[in-house]
Amino acid sequence: MITDLSHDLALDTGAPVNISRRRFLMAAAGASAGAFVLGFGLPIGQARAEGAVVTPGTRVAAFLEIRADGTIRLQSPFVEGGQGIFTAMAQIVGEELDADPATFVVENASPGPDYKVMGTGAGRRITGGSNSVRSSYATMRRLGASARAMLVQAAALQWGVPVGELTTAPGHVIHAASHRSLAYGELAKTALDLPVPAPETVVLKDKAQFRWIGKSVARLDVRAKSTGKAAYAIDAKVPGMVHAAVQHAPRFGMEPDSIGNADAIRAMPGVHSVHLLPGCVAVVAERFWHARRAVEAARVNWREPADPAAIRAMPADFSTEGFAARLAAADGPGDVAEHVGDAAHAMTTAASVIRATYQSQFLNHAQLEPPSALARFNADGTLDVWLANQAPDLFVADIAQRTGLTAENIALHSPMIGGFFGRHFKYAGASPYPQAIALAKAVGRPVKVIWTREEEFLRDTLRPMAVVQFRAGLDAAGLPVAIEAFSACEGPGEGQANRRGDKLDAAALEGVTGKQYAIPHRHIAQRYVKSPMALGYWRSVGHSMNDFFYECFLDEIADKGGKDPYDLRLHLLADNRRLSTLLKAVAEASGGWKAGPYVAPDGSRRARGVAMASPFGSETAAIAEVSIEGGEVKVHDIWQAIDPGTVVNPAIVAAQVTGASALALSQLLVETAVYRDGVPVARNFDGYQVLRPDRMARVHTRIVESGEKMGGIGEPGLPAVPPAVANAVSRLTGKRVRAMPLAGQTVNA
Amino acid sequence: MIKLHVNGTLHTIDAEGETPLLWVIRDNLGMTGTKYGCGIAQCGACSVMIDGVVTRSCVTPVESVADKAITTIEGIEQDPVGRRVVEAWVRHQVPQCGYCQSGQVMAATSLIKAKAHPTDDDINAAMINLCRCGTYTTIRAAVHDLAGSAEHAA
Ligand code: FES
Ligand code: FES
Repeated sequence: MITDLSHDLALDTGAPVNISRRRFLMAAAGASAGAFVLGFGLPIGQARAEGAVVTPGTRVAAFLEIRADGTIRLQSPFVEGGQGIFTAMAQIVGEELDADPATFVVENASPGPDYKVMGTGAGRRITGGSNSVRSSYATMRRLGASARAMLVQAAALQWGVPVGELTTAPGHVIHAASHRSLAYGELAKTALDLPVPAPETVVLKDKAQFRWIGKSVARLDVRAKSTGKAAYAIDAKVPGMVHAAVQHAPRFGMEPDSIGNADAIRAMPGVHSVHLLPGCVAVVAERFWHARRAVEAARVNWREPADPAAIRAMPADFSTEGFAARLAAADGPGDVAEHVGDAAHAMTTAASVIRATYQSQFLNHAQLEPPSALARFNADGTLDVWLANQAPDLFVADIAQRTGLTAENIALHSPMIGGFFGRHFKYAGASPYPQAIALAKAVGRPVKVIWTREEEFLRDTLRPMAVVQFRAGLDAAGLPVAIEAFSACEGPGEGQANRRGDKLDAAALEGVTGKQYAIPHRHIAQRYVKSPMALGYWRSVGHSMNDFFYECFLDEIADKGGKDPYDLRLHLLADNRRLSTLLKAVAEASGGWKAGPYVAPDGSRRARGVAMASPFGSETAAIAEVSIEGGEVKVHDIWQAIDPGTVVNPAIVAAQVTGASALALSQLLVETAVYRDGVPVARNFDGYQVLRPDRMARVHTRIVESGEKMGGIGEPGLPAVPPAVANAVSRLTGKRVRAMPLAGQTVNA
Repeated sequence: MIKLHVNGTLHTIDAEGETPLLWVIRDNLGMTGTKYGCGIAQCGACSVMIDGVVTRSCVTPVESVADKAITTIEGIEQDPVGRRVVEAWVRHQVPQCGYCQSGQVMAATSLIKAKAHPTDDDINAAMINLCRCGTYTTIRAAVHDLAGSAEHAA
């Protein structure tokens, strides 16, 4: 049979069945009956029913389960996708709880108000913006301290001694006077019945007493990830499950009318059923391979959307080359993003003026785990969904809307993610869960949809492309007095909204705006150019390209003024202690600043470049050393200094800086998403280049803890690297690099 | 019916002979440690060992390995070299998201089994799987550690 569900977005599931949310939570956490648990004391469903207002991050029971054997289960508000957040959460909570992070088992918490720990009040919950630790640091510490207070209280009751006589050692409450001690696991059952102390009564540790925060604690997931035991959404399975593969519309917005060879497809080996869905056709089979083979063989008749503009449909004449030309031709004053002094006037009185135009490319996320979703409707009317996601509550709300189920009847499981980099926010048409839900409904069995790499590259959201026109005025001493930038682009938020907002999309120009150099006259504006491209957040978002533009142009200013690029930066940061310290730190880490070109011990000609960035609350500075080998840029070393204010785990910081540097090199050296005739030219890693091991550089991370407000870690390691490398290449070749990627451009030493 | 020797156990598989080994391992055998990343031998996430040699299972027809010894990541610690590789991966804290790491561990194990002390060139030639998280330098450090060699400056 062929079911046509392409118009059937809201599925009728009948009357919602009353079900305790607690059951979901218990199941999601794998809590076993009979364990001595400190946790799940108050079912969240019940709390809601009673109209209780939840202050996120305060109910210990929603977060912690201490088992008889001393292991501690922690529900993390943030999803693990390689950034090490589960380990960081165990360190932060463990520090105040006084429990070794190694004894923690951390899981991604179910959706719910308890876990909206970002910010104050009602809060929100996403994993992104390099915001997890910095937004929840105080809350999660207080949570650990509250739990510790409850355990101490429980011991005091059991022993009949005053709380003041008790101390803790990792995993134990101790009464020194009587040489007694009780393991947390032994106390958890009693502690469960005690009230959670008021947050403001809880005393936090002094930084000097930290045992785990600030240390390179081993990651909790490394062994599981080295032995294939870590389970991702793509690995999810439930009894009775069938598999599905899809063929997406070649261009977003098109809909399937019919399948020309439907009978042949249905007759293919293993095929269970064939379906028309919104924007795709799907084949369900007992085995994924059968589903895939069949769906790829389908000859689908696609129809163009009735109202393309309303849904940001991709037209047949769109090409990245053509769009780049449109961006380059954009004119006019644009909308002002940053305006200080009078740049236009300063240009007229400047001793010299320089101009340059810079360009970036569209980029795929290309996370290694392709999207997948498993959906199961249960006999009691509830729905389980397994899905990689960075914002569980938003996805639940959307699923509720699609299915007519209430949020209480939807259990969203968010397993570890096989890389995200911004891929798993809620983007229109970019996730397989609507397909899995529709198919599970249609076939009456649990369905797992896996997108092949080819289908993923057809529906991924891309990092925006921009063309920036710069102008700078220099004084007689060769120092910049004015800088002007007009960026023709569309920000990721504007792309998602499919329109220009009332306010500027801050993510569009960040990194051209917000620079710290003391240039008295600045004028930065956006020339909004709408595109049909599906845009998304890509690791370090606007900073991923904008710091490249600005920092490379700053080197051009230095050249024009006859200044060394490092000296010029230091001069422009003379009044900024934090950033000049950071810049000196990276120079020192690299063995002292030298631009080159010079001849390395192996006989190769090399040069170095420097660049800085202020991304996501952190500050970074990078120096790169390059040579040219066989017409290709070889990046030997990257030294990067990062100041995130305060550090929780230095080894994880170094790993994140290294990983971000790899992505930075990838976009500068090789990576670009090209569209012709409305479709991506590359649909897999044979055509879409990502950094391979032979092009990776050594990365040396220097952490500078200024003690300033805590900043992010996951993304900040990226933005300074492309300009540092590009500036080194320009120095070496004598020819400015003004566009990414370098692949396709000629480089000669 | 196809007979497969996986991690020392004999399985009888009901699949067409041209089915990629990857999907037989994941779907028929339910062993999901071996990952799908591209399906066209580009990324290496699906790497397994066939008679000790690293092989991309997404392009390996199952019928071609019927009489061979297949090692997947689930069986890696049964292999003395594999066990050493896993320990090196833990020691160097290699994985980030971890999705590519089953394949990376396979590639390293196959390399060290073939040559206990690989040169830089051997390592470059063998460790070619993609890692989007950028663990390449840590992987190299772990392999050098296993090989008992220092990394050469490049
Ligand atoms: S999945 Fe086999 S090489 Fe990528
Ligand atoms: S660790 Fe994430 S792809 Fe390699």
